Formats: sequence, C-alpha cells, structure tokens
Amino acid sequence: MTTPDPNENYTDAALRIGDVDPYPQRLVGEFIGIVTRNDWVNDEYKHVVLKVHEHATKAYAGQMFHLLCPSPDGAEVWMRRPMSVYRVDKTAGEVEFLYKSEGRGTRGMATLQPGDEFNIAGPLGVGFKLQPSWKNIVVLGRGVGLATLAPLSQLAAENGVGVTAILSARHEGVVMSKELFDDLGAHTITVLDSDGSSDVENVERILETLIAQGKTDAFFTCGSNRLLKLMQRLGKKHGIPGQVAMEQIMVCGFGACYVCVRTFEVDGKRVLKRVCRDGPVFNMQEAVGW
Amino acid sequence: MVDLTVKIGDITLQNPVQPASGAFSWEYNDVIDLNRLGALVAKTICREPRLGNPTPRMAETEAGIIQSIGLPGKGIEYFVEHIVPEYARFTPPLVVSVSSESIEDFAALAEELSVPDVDVIEANISCPTRNATGGNFAMHEDYTRDCITAIRAKTRKPLWVKLSPNAGDIVSIARAAEDAGADALVIANTFLSLKIRTDNFRPALGNKFGGLVSPALKPIVLRMVYQVAKAVKIPIIGIGGVTKAEDVVEYMLAGATAVGIGYAGFRNPTALISIIDDLAAWCDERGIKKVTELIGAVRDQDMEMDTLNAASAGV
Repeated sequence: MTTPDPNENYTDAALRIGDVDPYPQRLVGEFIGIVTRNDWVNDEYKHVVLKVHEHATKAYAGQMFHLLCPSPDGAEVWMRRPMSVYRVDKTAGEVEFLYKSEGRGTRGMATLQPGDEFNIAGPLGVGFKLQPSWKNIVVLGRGVGLATLAPLSQLAAENGVGVTAILSARHEGVVMSKELFDDLGAHTITVLDSDGSSDVENVERILETLIAQGKTDAFFTCGSNRLLKLMQRLGKKHGIPGQVAMEQIMVCGFGACYVCVRTFEVDGKRVLKRVCRDGPVFNMQEAVGW
Repeated sequence: MVDLTVKIGDITLQNPVQPASGAFSWEYNDVIDLNRLGALVAKTICREPRLGNPTPRMAETEAGIIQSIGLPGKGIEYFVEHIVPEYARFTPPLVVSVSSESIEDFAALAEELSVPDVDVIEANISCPTRNATGGNFAMHEDYTRDCITAIRAKTRKPLWVKLSPNAGDIVSIARAAEDAGADALVIANTFLSLKIRTDNFRPALGNKFGGLVSPALKPIVLRMVYQVAKAVKIPIIGIGGVTKAEDVVEYMLAGATAVGIGYAGFRNPTALISIIDDLAAWCDERGIKKVTELIGAVRDQDMEMDTLNAASAGV
C-alpha cells in the first residue's frame, strides 16, 4: 500500500448547516448547502432548493450568490457563477435558485441531485430597495430575468406594496415565476412572442394604462434590453423612478478584480460600475443597456 | 504551536500568506478577517485615472482563466487620500503596487506613495499586457536595472519588485533587480495568453491578450522561484497557483519566504484564512517550530542527475 500523497489535502472551510461561525461579523460567507430538490420546471428551466447555514438566509431580493458549479463534462469549471436568489425561506433555512440550463456552469448545476453538497458564496451586492412612499410597483421582466424579479413579490408583500407583474416570454411553456407572483397577491399579466402580445408597442400600452390608473410608483426590470429601454423612456416621460438588475461575467464578487464592469451614465458622464458590488441592481435611468 | 512569522527585509509578516495584487481589496473584509493575513496588497495604482480595458475582461479556458483588466483606478491622488486609509484600519503591513509607462514617472510615483501608512512599495514592472518599454520593464535585464535604480533613488520604503514569467531569462532579470537595490522579489506576474472563440473567430477578451490565472502556473513558477533563489540573496515572494497549505510549503522549500495568492481567493473567498490555519496545523503535526525552517530546505543536494541510474532504479 502506498502512503497517501500529502498534496491531496485541499482546503475546505465553507460553513455547513449548524456550524459555529468563527467570523460572525462577516457580511458574506462561503457556505456548503445541501440540495433538497433540483427539478425541471419546463423544458429549459430548473429550480434548485438548498438547505443552508442560517447566515445565508440573510439574502434579500436582488442579491446574488456566487455558485461553485460542478463540471458538466469532466473538464474544470474554474470560476463561480453569479446568480440572483429566487426565494429565501428563513423558517426552513433554505435558499432557492431558478435557472436556465445553458452554459457550462448551469449545465453542471443541472446535474445536482438531492443530498449533494453545493458551495455558494454570498449574499453579494446591492439588491432591490423599496421606498416607504411607494404603494404600487410595476415589475416587467423576460426569460430568466423574471427569476431575479420574483423575490420582489415577497419584499413588496412584506411591505404592503401592490405589485403588477408583466411577464414576457417566447411562449406559454416558458413563462417564469408566475406562480410565485400569483401566490403573493400580485396582479400578473403574461405577454408572449407566440401571439404577438410581447411587442414593445403592446407592452407600452399596458404600462400607459397602469400609469393612468396610478399604479406605477416605481418600475423594476431585468432580462431584456428593449424592455429596459421602454421603461427608461416611460419613466423619464412620467417621472417614475426605476431599478434594473444587470449581469456581467464575474470573478471575485467583492469589488476587487474589476472584471464585471458595465457602462452607466451618471449626470451626463459615462462611468464604469462593478455589477458585483455597485449592483447588481442599479438606478434604471443610469443603465446604458447592452 | 509553530511560529509562522517571516521577515522580508525589515518587514515582519505574522505568517507567509498574502494576497496577490489585483486579486484583492479591503472589500474582502466582508468575508474574511483581514487582520489575519501576512500582508495586505493593494491593486496596482497608476498616476492617471484609468477606466481599464474593454469587456469581456475574463474568459475561461481548459487550463484556467485568462483576464485583462487594464489597471483601472482613480489615480494616485485619490488613492493616497481615500484608498490607503481603507487599508490603514487593519494591522498587517500594507504593500502598495505601482505601475507606470516611464521610468521617471515610476520613480516619482514611488516617492509620492512613500507616506506613513504605506509599508512597502511593490514595483509592478511586469503587467503582461503592457510592452517592454512601456511599463513591462521586467522583460529585459537593462530596463529592469534602470527602472529599479531610479525608484530606489526616490524612496526609502522597502522596495519589492514584481517580475515577469514572460521574460526569457528570469534569473538575469532577478539579479539586475537585486543589484539595483530591490529588497525582495515577487515571482511572478501572470502569463501572457490568448483565447480565440471558434463561434465567431474573435479573441475572447476585449483586449485580445490576457494573463493566465490558474493552479497550472504552480509548477512553472515554482521552478522559477527555485532557480532565482539559488542566484540572489534577497527574499522571494512566490505567486502562482497556490490553492492549499502544501503549496505554501513547496514554495518555501524552493526558496520563497512568503507566497501571494490570487486564483484560490477568487474560487474560495475564505481560502487565504484556511490556508494559514492548515499551514500551522501542517507544521505542528511535523514538529516544525518555525516556518522559516522550510525556506530553501528542498533536499536536492544528493541528486545525481544521472539519467541511466535514475531510469534503472527500483520504484
């Protein structure tokens, strides 16, 4: 028998459920969650639920976790993947993500089975914020962007704020987050490419109606450049504030490496901001789009 | 309990583990206790405010990530006024990395950075995406000597010099830096790399070239540290692919006094702390009283380098 190679001792200091935190003042942790389910919700999207250390459940709407995804193909997945949290259940000690199995990271994530360990770091970044004066908000999202907007329904419900959610998708089969919005009392409107109702002109008519009804104290969007442009235009026209969640290729997650920058326009000047730390939620009017 | 302290010139580090410049900021205090690190190493600062390179700034390859950031920053005045105080709240020594395209400006910057809260100046003469006469002076022995001589004349702070793994003969360049007055050598910066997308035939990074950041660097940089350690008398900080305590041990055996960590802190934000803890445990298990016992302790003196004998030896 050969002696074990001492160089095989890789470090693993992430917090597991019930661990005493040696650095309790931390804002961000590295956690090993246990997968309780990882199910397909349709042909393209999966929903993963993780039991986690209680500190991880401090995440709020719009914040992200940096996910150390398993490999889908035998080669290494080197960097973590940032993903906004879909739902937090403090009582159950769970965080949830809704994702499209698409790139190598999410395809690896799709292989997770109940009982598997999954290393996540977070919560990261600045999420959605509700002003006390807002009584009704409008959420407009498309595709996987709706997963990012979904926890707003929870936040709004907790604050007694009414929500109208306009959910845009290619066809009925891939409308995301509708149940979550419905369950929390949001008024949902589905618009589809398949019947033409997702056209910008139609969405604009819907928004103008809501504005006329006084249901638009603030706008929220994620996942579509043309919907962002539409909300920016209407927001400017009617003086409605807004927030947008952005994404970018990311490395460190703490603001140190400057990989995840995007262009924003602040007071007429173009600047770069870090999605990981200055965002991922930004003032809608400052976003330049993509 | 092992004594983990190491000395780099006049600077004492409580342990030999520090972050690599560019892979770290005080903002990591959100996730780890910065007071536990051997040193704090700021991102390279330039004189002028810089936006940095176009995105994408990172791409994954089969052998690690390549990245090209372009030294973004708000310029030296903002740095001294606002960033240095962010680091000064913590106890480990502050290493300030600096870069410039001209030797004169490099020296002037080093002088301006020689403020009380700065403990060490790290001359980043090896940014891989700058050219040999425009900041990447570590590509040539003479440029290195001229640049470090000029900086040495303008600052009394401990001066560490970050070398390039892209130069042909790193040993000669290390000697030139030592001759010119460097107090320590940081080996090494990232490896100049390229990725081309096969879907659109375009380079994957907005700046075309990037530096490879990966555990794959460890055996190559370890070899460089080993070679340089045999040729110079000043301490070496080894940087490249450290992901666990045994990697720190390996670098120290090769002749390094300390290590810098980039990649591992990206992948596991708590990695630096666990590597420090694991290093102490590793030493304790072996009865090592002082971590400095490891420096240059590689057992290679009896190696015959005889191919025929080696090939016929029993396994």
